[in-house]
Amino acid sequence: MKNIKIVAIAVTISLMAFNCIDDNDNQLPYTPDFSGTYTQADQMGRPAVNTVFVSSGSKDMFNTTIPSAQNAAFQSMFQSNLTALSPAYANPGDENALGLDAAAFTGVLATDVLNVSLDGTTTFYDGTNVLTGRNLSDDVITVELLLIFGGEDFTENPTLTDDHVDANDKPFLTSFPYLAAPWM
Amino acid sequence: MKNLKKVLGIGIIAIAGFLVVVAADHIDAPAVQGGTSDITDFYAFQGQNTNNMVFVANVQGLLSPAATSNASFSENVLIEFNIDNTGDFVEDLVIQAIPRDGKMYFFGPVAPSQTGLNSTIATTTSIGGVVDITTGSNAIVSTNAGMSFFAGPRDDPFFFDFAQYSQIISGMSPSFNNPGSDTFAGTNVLSVVVEVPKSLIGGSGTINTWVESKTK
Repeated sequence: MKNIKIVAIAVTISLMAFNCIDDNDNQLPYTPDFSGTYTQADQMGRPAVNTVFVSSGSKDMFNTTIPSAQNAAFQSMFQSNLTALSPAYANPGDENALGLDAAAFTGVLATDVLNVSLDGTTTFYDGTNVLTGRNLSDDVITVELLLIFGGEDFTENPTLTDDHVDANDKPFLTSFPYLAAPWM
Repeated sequence: MKNLKKVLGIGIIAIAGFLVVVAADHIDAPAVQGGTSDITDFYAFQGQNTNNMVFVANVQGLLSPAATSNASFSENVLIEFNIDNTGDFVEDLVIQAIPRDGKMYFFGPVAPSQTGLNSTIATTTSIGGVVDITTGSNAIVSTNAGMSFFAGPRDDPFFFDFAQYSQIISGMSPSFNNPGSDTFAGTNVLSVVVEVPKSLIGGSGTINTWVESKTK
């Protein structure tokens, strides 16, 4: 209990201290060194793309290929891995619920960027809007499973299209920083 | 005691997940997995103030509560949000976040000095801010010129029965369970959250966005 009080006081003090700094933007106690060149290690646009669609020997290369070069370098690998993974694309003309066949779907996915609307609802998929952003609460895995395994109308391979984990283990906040407090 | 058991159980599942290779982007590739530059997730959504857009980058996934108190951002790792608002998948704007001495410094949105795999930090821009890095449960946030900033540990917002997915992929099981079990329950990540006015990133239309970690 005593510790909690001390922590609470420390947090209060640091908040106050920060406010002071905030009021004096030009008087930082020291000027940090930001020089040098930083070289790419990891990158991500849409969830689970590198994990699911990139072959094991190519995952580092995917992370260090710029998005504008990813389609040419990886689309055919994505298509091979998709058709090997899912029976929903086994027959000629097979499509997912977005009306995309294996080539078209992997053509979208291989360029690993998140499409985000600046004009309204942002969601990975909410039943109406598709790929207009990604909310914390979006069940992105089930959406991806449906697009990979669910066929033209989400009804194919029903045992593979929902992991039945539909929400986070902690509620999100309605205001900044939105993510739930850590487990301590 | 019950909680401890729960945590230990989750730990074992997390380790099992680690061995198989994971999830949203957690430990996705050999060169980054388990390190300070490993991105676990990326989110972009409209803010509580609908004139704003929120960007979230999470790194260093599957942190147990005990590991969380020892985890920290590396001063050699730059986290860079990339924004393409011309449709060519090349970044027109970046928001850079880099820690120094207990604070996370943010630069941008600003046009990068160069696009692609190498970056220098846009120290000459007047757009950005700084926030004390949070170390406990209470989020320390700061604001500057309509932008909001946070950096520190948070509950991993990702949820997925990854353990069962691995069973399916390895041929050990034909289906998911109902109900499933969230492999990421009870684990934390290190988060960088920045909220910016949409007017600073194009105003309207659709952007393409992605996050990168870059090391010195």
